[in-house]
Amino acid sequence: MKDRVRRLFGVTTLVGLAAGLVMGFVVAPREATQGNVQRIMYLHVPSVWVAYLAFGVVLAASIVYLVRRLEAADRLAHASAEVGVIFTGLTIATGSIWGKPTWGTWWTWDARLTSVSILFVMYLGYLLLRGMIDDRERGARFAAVLGIVAAFNIPLVHFSVYWWRTLHQPPSLMKPGPGTMPGIIVTALLVNFAAFTLLYCYFVTRRARLLRLEAEAEA
Amino acid sequence: MASEPLIRVTGLRKTFGNHRVLDGLDLDVRAGEAVAVLGANGAGKTTLLKVLATLVRPTRGTAIVAGHDCAKDPELVRREIGLVAHSSHVYEDLTAAENLTFWATLAGLRPSPADRAGALATVELERAAGARVRTFSAGMKRRLSLARFVLARPRVLLLDEPFTGLDQRGKKWLEEHLASFKTGGGAIVMTTHSFGRELAVADRIAILAGGAIALDTPRGALSAEDVHRLYALHAEDAS
Amino acid sequence: MVVVWKDLLVERRSKETLNALFFFALLLLFIFQFALGPDRERLAGTLPGLLWLGFILSGLLGLGRTFMVERENDCWEGLLLAPGDKSAIYVGKLAGNLLLMFVIEAILLVLFGFFFNLDLGGALPALAVVIALGTVAFAAVGTLFAAMTAQVRARELLFPVLLLPVVAPVLLATVKATEAVLLGESLGSVAHWLKLLAAADVVYVAVGVLTFDFVLEA
Repeated sequence: MKDRVRRLFGVTTLVGLAAGLVMGFVVAPREATQGNVQRIMYLHVPSVWVAYLAFGVVLAASIVYLVRRLEAADRLAHASAEVGVIFTGLTIATGSIWGKPTWGTWWTWDARLTSVSILFVMYLGYLLLRGMIDDRERGARFAAVLGIVAAFNIPLVHFSVYWWRTLHQPPSLMKPGPGTMPGIIVTALLVNFAAFTLLYCYFVTRRARLLRLEAEAEA
Repeated sequence: MASEPLIRVTGLRKTFGNHRVLDGLDLDVRAGEAVAVLGANGAGKTTLLKVLATLVRPTRGTAIVAGHDCAKDPELVRREIGLVAHSSHVYEDLTAAENLTFWATLAGLRPSPADRAGALATVELERAAGARVRTFSAGMKRRLSLARFVLARPRVLLLDEPFTGLDQRGKKWLEEHLASFKTGGGAIVMTTHSFGRELAVADRIAILAGGAIALDTPRGALSAEDVHRLYALHAEDAS
Repeated sequence: MVVVWKDLLVERRSKETLNALFFFALLLLFIFQFALGPDRERLAGTLPGLLWLGFILSGLLGLGRTFMVERENDCWEGLLLAPGDKSAIYVGKLAGNLLLMFVIEAILLVLFGFFFNLDLGGALPALAVVIALGTVAFAAVGTLFAAMTAQVRARELLFPVLLLPVVAPVLLATVKATEAVLLGESLGSVAHWLKLLAAADVVYVAVGVLTFDFVLEA
């Protein structure tokens, strides 16, 4: 029964992704000034969202682990951090790809790219720390502490970098008031948001399950 | 009070990665009793001590010291124990007196200079009170380590091969000190791998082999050869 | 706090850390000079950045050694076994580190003033505020991470790798604020940076105090 649910989940995710891609790359209108490259926003923006979601989950799971010492919470934090790092990397990559034709350079020190890169390094460090500690219990504890520090750092990074530089598109989705983008684009974005979130959940649950099986095999 | 053991270990298991060091270990120690734990190198003696000292969490099983669970209430256990291990827990650049002041203050005590002097006198270090620990011999460092517990008065002393590296005088001194600790109602768990007169202070001998206590017997009238024979029988048997 | 007393005593007797850091700071200045050339103008422009680079590099070395004394003397377990609240140990170590950082920063300021012929006079009080705010955050996280990495292999590598990204926003804020202060502007003009630093201070010290227990445990 569990297997069927899992497969169903996987299929749903795939469908969602397909829908998102179709909406982003086919249905949504071609942007006037930037051309087709702008379509990469449908990957880039949801990636950032998922990354932040992932790290939020790391924070919550880390706190739960320290307070209750539940192994499942530790595995969740671990899996979420890994997936988070992947999506962060994806954000940087898509941001770069977007940037080259648009601004002429692979890299700009603009607010979002910079903060996301700092996030990337922070959570890579998290994974590095886990890898370097042999004692499972100590590794889980230290990672949890680091997960908490890193999460509190996110808003600090966000604000400091934003004040430091602002080249990037202001976050139009979060602005209150009438939307500045035509409806179809918003819809496409939202579909991709949903699809990516599903993808995140899928990856994390599979990874966490794998971690649990590994742990059981060792005992 | 005499009926309830001060230390109760039940079904203790400790695994490091793939290596199962302790497996199904049971041990009881009463107040006023000293147990010597014998075992080969790597048998898990130090691990057992560390579990009792709350430095290592058991993988399974329980260790109760002075009524508190080592895994669930380590802070409460730490108030009742004193550990004298290979690491001497003394700062080389400080003097003996300064070390005592530091450790005692950290433990929440407020020793007066008279208390400190008294503790140092008990361990026969009163003349070295102002000397830096860097200049101390191994035996002196161990005595300083013990001096901390003269001030703190724990109910349980955990000692890891305490007689190693001591000269004859030092060994005699330690024997007397441990004996008086027992008389004061304390419990002692001591690991060792020698069979000599070091065992004189022990009331019971426990042989650790194969991750558990292979033999737990009162020392009574056993001679050194007897002990050696029993050890060979159980320890080498299991390996 | 007895931990600070003990660390000060040990440092006074062995004189290891402060001496080495002093020479390190001196060397940093030479390196900056060589790397950037003798052009006064260029140096003046990058001064806030260089100053903080100096603070951070020295800080990485100094903070990384926070628990060196415990490791060398085999006292780590002893700290853990001491009954009572472990956060007190964290605060003690943090206080010691703050003292160390402030001394190094003062030395670097003097050296900078000397080598680059600066007149810091008027800006000094404002500068002191900025430096204090930034250093507290840096030391708070540094002390926590030092405890974590003390028991890990490749600690000398892991410590800066973990610390630097977390300290990045603090660095941004302090450099911007220092820039403004050195140009003679008031603290009010950089209030938003100062607020960020203050927030970082509160958060990091709080996290340090609350999680130190978990880090110290064996």
